[in-house]
Amino acid sequence: MPRLVSHPDEVKIVTKRFGQGAAEIEKYIELGGYEAAKKCLAQGPDWIINEMKASNLRGRGGAGFPTGLKWSFVPKVSAKPKYVLVNGDESEPGTCKDHLIFLHDPHAVIEGTLIAGLAIGAKTGFIYLRGEYRYLLEIVEKAVADAYAKGFLGKNIFGSDTEFQVITQTGAGAYEVGEESALMESLEGKRGVPRIKPPFPAVVGLYGGPTVINNAETIATVPHVITMGAAAYAAIGSERNGGTRLFGLSGHIERPGVYELPMGYNLKKMIYEVGGGVRGGRKLKAVVPGGSSTPVLLPEEIETLGMDFDQVGKAGSMLGSGGVVVIDDQTCMVEFALRTISFYQHESCGWCIPCREGTDWLKKSLTRFHAGFGEMKDIDNIRYLAENMMGRTFCPLGDAAAMPTLGFVKKFRKEFEEHLNGKSCPFAKHVELAVV
Amino acid sequence: MSPRESGSETMSIFSPQLAARFDVLTEKYPVKRSALIPMLLYAQDEVGYLSDAVMAEIADRLSLTPLEVRNVASYYSMLRFRPAGKFNIQVCTNISCMLRGAYDLYERFQEELGVGHKGITADGVFSLEEVECIGVCCWAPAIQVNYDFHDDLTPESVPGILDRYRDKIHSDSSRNGGAAHA
Ligand SMILES: Cc1cc2nc3c(=O)[nH]c(=O)nc-3n(C[C@H](O)[C@H](O)[C@H](O)COP(=O)(O)O)c2cc1C
Ligand code: SF4
Ligand code: FES
Repeated sequence: MPRLVSHPDEVKIVTKRFGQGAAEIEKYIELGGYEAAKKCLAQGPDWIINEMKASNLRGRGGAGFPTGLKWSFVPKVSAKPKYVLVNGDESEPGTCKDHLIFLHDPHAVIEGTLIAGLAIGAKTGFIYLRGEYRYLLEIVEKAVADAYAKGFLGKNIFGSDTEFQVITQTGAGAYEVGEESALMESLEGKRGVPRIKPPFPAVVGLYGGPTVINNAETIATVPHVITMGAAAYAAIGSERNGGTRLFGLSGHIERPGVYELPMGYNLKKMIYEVGGGVRGGRKLKAVVPGGSSTPVLLPEEIETLGMDFDQVGKAGSMLGSGGVVVIDDQTCMVEFALRTISFYQHESCGWCIPCREGTDWLKKSLTRFHAGFGEMKDIDNIRYLAENMMGRTFCPLGDAAAMPTLGFVKKFRKEFEEHLNGKSCPFAKHVELAVV
Repeated sequence: MSPRESGSETMSIFSPQLAARFDVLTEKYPVKRSALIPMLLYAQDEVGYLSDAVMAEIADRLSLTPLEVRNVASYYSMLRFRPAGKFNIQVCTNISCMLRGAYDLYERFQEELGVGHKGITADGVFSLEEVECIGVCCWAPAIQVNYDFHDDLTPESVPGILDRYRDKIHSDSSRNGGAAHA
């Protein structure tokens, strides 16, 4: 069972009900639950969207798109039904925050979905969980049933004449389904292959209707924004990055876990103070700041780095999904690069050639390289391959595979050179990858 | 004639409970086909894998062709067309787990079970799989046995875990589903 952690620097907003039994609806209500939805029902769509815009809440799924702005793109009038779709596919390596939200506070997701529905004028919301999260799906399904029983969901929510239905859905194993258009395909009962954009989901989405897609953490944050007030929420984070976010510290860290910290919190402090430093007192070699697709950072790059979308972007990486993976000095970066690319090779849906063939080539090259059969020219070849995948694919998975690879080659070239010409890996034993 | 109408009554290869659940699922979504992936997964939980008969009945229930069903099923990594062990052990070796010793853990499972990736033990009790991130990175290294998570493991934890599941076989006389709730 995932353990909860705590640190004095945390600002507990989204996590404040964790560990208090709030999966039970009575407890959730006792702790102030569903008041935000009632308020939104009274205030109406324009007020909700303005609050969301003023809160500076940005999407927690990876790209950091402003949530209020996204909601405002949905046409007011639509011939087809509109939908809210909550992305709980959580499959980016290094990321396990939505897991805790579904486990400890499923009603926050339901209430957030309802508020999003009121904002855009949707009558139906979907909550999609990855297939591996079966026990969490059961928790969410029970919470949904309880909300119906209370009259918070259904034909006449809170005794009004407004209707809102919530439908849960399970995936069956596929990282690519986390991509928003692939997610809609999957929910429609198809292979998880993305759609060409435009049209964007806000205009033509699920079943052809306008659809807002948000990450589960984004949605769970929404009721708190309403309760606290947008200004108070925005004041917690950094410039243009409102509030807090759930950072997952994993890898070679002394106290791994999910911590809720203000946007803009210094990464070095996060590792050394919040996470207790590198495990076993070892030296820090590198950090992957936001899940496996975000380019690696060196210790000297994190000194003054504030963890928000803009600052991490300026540092040449991305805040991504908030999965901070800490790597100590006894790790082979070639092997780490190989394991990373193997994942993307496995998960490529195969539609575009640069992604399908590029990830395959990269995996083959890095496998050979790590086994000691690399040549000097391979290093540039790996870079060349990755560069040529960038921006040439239908969905961002191609970039997600190429970007970290470029980072590894650029920042750890010396380590690649140490593997050349039959020299075996200077670090741990070589491992065969079975995942194919 | 569709496979379920071979007699005067509607036939189902699923248990009455699952058949009833499917009746609800096919009404749950704005479009019936949205029930496909959950139905495949729940059918696999009961039967152990997606046999031709399973896919034929699901196709029939959703007014799809068996080929359409297979085409979708083959996309998703949790869905399988052959039986697995009663307990399917999925070891995550992705980055967060790898850094905390997932490969040693995976090797120990291989040794204890005498099988490799996607192998099944001779008695059919266990199967083993190396898998991608399962969403418990902060409690690495971690595995899933059917749907149960076990985290913060070391190679030394392996025999104990296997014993616990072996004990379940004796106490559990439920159907021999590959991914029944353990
Ligand atoms: C390959 C790929 C996988 C993704 N996986 C997820 C995921 O598991 N969960 C998620 O919320 N967003 C994921 N995203 C981002 C979604 O496409 C989408 O941007 C996000 O759900 C929007 O929510 P937000 O605005 O709240 O961040 C993924 C994107 C790509 C390209
Ligand atoms: S980039 Fe990769 S995952 Fe995305 S559509 Fe192309 S092949 Fe599929
Ligand atoms: S990397 Fe193993 S659970 Fe995420």
